[in-house]
Amino acid sequence: MIAETGHFALVLALAVAIIQASVPLAGARRGKMAWMAVAGPATVLQFLFIAIAFAALTHGYITSDFSLMNVASNSHTEKPLLYKIAGVWGNHEGSLLLWVTILALFGLAVTLFGRNLPPGLKARALAVQAMISIGFLLFLLLTSNPFQRVDPPPFDGNGLNPMLQDPGLALHPPMLYLGYVGFSMAFSFAIAALLEGRVDAAWARWVRPWTLAAWVLLTGGIVLGSWWAYYTLGWGGWWYWDPVENASFMPWLAGTALLHSAIVVEKRDALKSWTILLAIITFGFSLLGTFLVRSGVLTSVHAFATDPARGVFILLLLVIAVGGSLALYAARAPSMKLGGLFSPISREGSLLFNNVLMSTGAATVLLGTLYPLIADAFDLGKVSVGPPFFNSVFLPLMVPMVLVMALAPMMSWKRGDLPGVLGRLKIVAVISVLVAAATWQLQGGAAGPWWSAAGLGLAAWLGLGTLADLADRIRLFQAPVQAPFRAFALPRSTWGMMVAHFGLAVFIVGLTASSAWTTEKVQTQKIGETITIAGYQVTLKGVEPVPGPNYIARRATFEIARNGTVIDQMHPEKRAYRNPPRPITTAAIRSGITGDLYVVIGDPDGKEGAETGYVTRLYFNPCIPWLWAGGLLLMLGGLISLADRRHRIGAPARASRSIAA
Amino acid sequence: MRHLALCALLLGLGMASPAWAVNPDEMLKDPAKEARARELGRELRCMVCQNQSIDDSDADLARDLRLIVRERIDLGDSDNDVRRFLVERYGDYVLLKPPFKSSTLALWLGPPVLLLGAAATVALFYRRRRRTTVTPAVEVPLSPEEQRRLDRLLKETGQ
Amino acid sequence: MRRVLYLLPVLIFVGLTALFLKGLTMDPRQIPSVLIDRPVPEMALAPLPGRGADTGLSTADLKGRVSVVNIYGSWCIACVQEHPTLMALKQQSDVPIHGIDWRDDPEQGAAWLKKHGDPYQRVGSDPAPGRTAVDFGVTGAPESFIVDRNGIIRYKHVGPITPENWRKTLLPIIRELEK
Repeated sequence: MIAETGHFALVLALAVAIIQASVPLAGARRGKMAWMAVAGPATVLQFLFIAIAFAALTHGYITSDFSLMNVASNSHTEKPLLYKIAGVWGNHEGSLLLWVTILALFGLAVTLFGRNLPPGLKARALAVQAMISIGFLLFLLLTSNPFQRVDPPPFDGNGLNPMLQDPGLALHPPMLYLGYVGFSMAFSFAIAALLEGRVDAAWARWVRPWTLAAWVLLTGGIVLGSWWAYYTLGWGGWWYWDPVENASFMPWLAGTALLHSAIVVEKRDALKSWTILLAIITFGFSLLGTFLVRSGVLTSVHAFATDPARGVFILLLLVIAVGGSLALYAARAPSMKLGGLFSPISREGSLLFNNVLMSTGAATVLLGTLYPLIADAFDLGKVSVGPPFFNSVFLPLMVPMVLVMALAPMMSWKRGDLPGVLGRLKIVAVISVLVAAATWQLQGGAAGPWWSAAGLGLAAWLGLGTLADLADRIRLFQAPVQAPFRAFALPRSTWGMMVAHFGLAVFIVGLTASSAWTTEKVQTQKIGETITIAGYQVTLKGVEPVPGPNYIARRATFEIARNGTVIDQMHPEKRAYRNPPRPITTAAIRSGITGDLYVVIGDPDGKEGAETGYVTRLYFNPCIPWLWAGGLLLMLGGLISLADRRHRIGAPARASRSIAA
Repeated sequence: MRHLALCALLLGLGMASPAWAVNPDEMLKDPAKEARARELGRELRCMVCQNQSIDDSDADLARDLRLIVRERIDLGDSDNDVRRFLVERYGDYVLLKPPFKSSTLALWLGPPVLLLGAAATVALFYRRRRRTTVTPAVEVPLSPEEQRRLDRLLKETGQ
Repeated sequence: MRRVLYLLPVLIFVGLTALFLKGLTMDPRQIPSVLIDRPVPEMALAPLPGRGADTGLSTADLKGRVSVVNIYGSWCIACVQEHPTLMALKQQSDVPIHGIDWRDDPEQGAAWLKKHGDPYQRVGSDPAPGRTAVDFGVTGAPESFIVDRNGIIRYKHVGPITPENWRKTLLPIIRELEK
């Protein structure tokens, strides 16, 4: 009964969405306030119905209602509660339901926080939002109904892939979707602006917080996914340039560009049509990701169960949403007013420079991801495009970008003073070169890769350059006493920018060091045997079976010593899950600022008694925690910037109320 | 085949299986040769897995290929000889870094061409902006009510 | 010029859509063999125990007559599904079928044939790491190759042979080669 209620609620939500997509739009055209005002209650109602549907499916998972096909194929009574709930979105239908739930949530947020939006813009944006909603609700109801019953219900479910039974991965999809769907806000506002024919500083100010929030969440989702890959896959890799990873990375790159070009619109009223295009492309990449993951046109390690009928449907959605918007863009954008003038050497100029590199980067990732498909379609034979391609093409594009990132915040608007800025960064440049030289020296010259020195030098340039900018802004060296007060008075958006840029520098350190100097020891280790890696003495003390809630683990005890003194014990496991039956390695990781000691236990070698040896894999992954720290700083920077009064989503609403009072 | 499809269906999200990479019993005695084998293994695709290298995969075929790569290296093959050996049997598909040839021209030249195109567009943008100062607006002007609202907002938010 | 620039995104998108439409009709997992129209790899595989006069499978054995080389293994589940078709072909067809027992212990490969029936003329054993199978560019079992009378590989079939795909695909190719 509950499931049928959920199904019916989805149908009602669709009906509401149809109203929300049409009436306010017509109202905005004819200037009828009452029609436009329909959008507000419609978002509330739509959210309510979709939330009921989501709750109904979650209920099915929690109570293990196996008469629901979706629950039967993805859950199991023996699964811990957290993973029963996470199971809701661990499959195609449920994750799509999560998608529309988040979409409705954002619509609701516009109604709640956007009281001060111009009524025409708001009505149009919410109508566009409802159109997206219609597409996805139809997709759910017609091809991917999560409330499909099975008769007779099976005695127990098939269970969830044990690799997904992990706290990191339980949270990864919701965060990723919050990011993807969050970009729909910028998209809807962009389309509304094209329909209205007006883009101005106020528009940018409304769009930026939503984009920022979506960007923070997407960054979080990507970092969480990488972190999960790092500790579950059992050998310390965290990024594979797999199509599905690329599908989340492309909107991130476009979204980052959008974030920065929107600043130019806000401050200088320039780059307007480019920003609109980026808003369309960013959300377009989010939809493209959905298509790539669910249609089966590409092979990927973590694609959903694929189905061509679904592929056709999403492609249709993609054509209507993105194709339609780009056509509207082609028709309307040329008549958009050009904004403030600026020279190539200026703040705007450097933001544009980095926008170019960022978009070329996104296009490169797109090309690499789709090339196997392109080659196949044009009968050029089967090719694989793997990490070596992306590393050798994408990373070089990012070098000039990082170089300019240290300069840009020091440039003035309109016309910058490049020699002056370079003069202020003289010391930073010298230190960066010294860092690169020291890196080269320490790794023993050509004994390590050539790019490690470049990477750390670049990180020093960006990190110290950001600090130098901060010191300049608070006049740290000219007036040290007042500097803390100045620091306090700096706008939060400035702090956000500096934290995020510094975060990227930290990330680059982690990326460079972990790629260049990972050490690895793979061997058969007997009980009591000691292996030395990166200055640690790692002794296998014992291996015993340990039962878990829905698995049995082979748990090893390693004793870690440094210079003969025992400092820690580590317990990697190899788990045999029951439903579905699958072996999973769980690495033990000991994190430190210099890197992670990463220990994995494998199979016994089959020898009897005390002679038994186990395959053990020991890794020292230098500076890995810097990656996560860098990711967190990026997010923190976004959040600080979001806290700026200019960007606070609710701020305009409060302001208008205080006037009314 | 059907078995594979069934698995994918059951798993919903068909994630990569944990990768155990190379086992101790496969490794070459000579550390320099072993290092070369590892390096090569990372750029060879595991044919039965999706987007994993033979170095990352625990599939049987990946293990066989790891052993064969090591055999070739031990016989004195250069890295290119080993690559050629595998391409003759499995095609370019086995290489995770596609070779530079006519069929991959668009892939390798795409990014630089895109960058040049983007740079040219930006150059054009700057040139045009220098020539024309302000193009006439074809935009809807603000209504007095909207103008008031905007002014109020800009004032309120500290600009 | 300016108009064209604004049209560019939508034009690129149209191209992408065409690509995706084509993509939906293709199977990314299907990898054509590069060995088509190339000679059978050099091999001299040992026979399985207990198969009488069989001397194993070597390159020379595949010359003179159009034949099918079938890759199997006692560990292979899909091979069990394919096997009745091969048994029926042994009765009804004049095309010789040879087997390569891949990644298998020869004793187990022979026992498996005892249990499920033996459709092969010659069987060669290719234990792990399956060097001959790799020479054939094999990615899984079962796979079958059609070899013409000069010992040139003409066709590769991935997955189980069924009566249907034998009739519709494999047999016409063989008949064509026998002309």
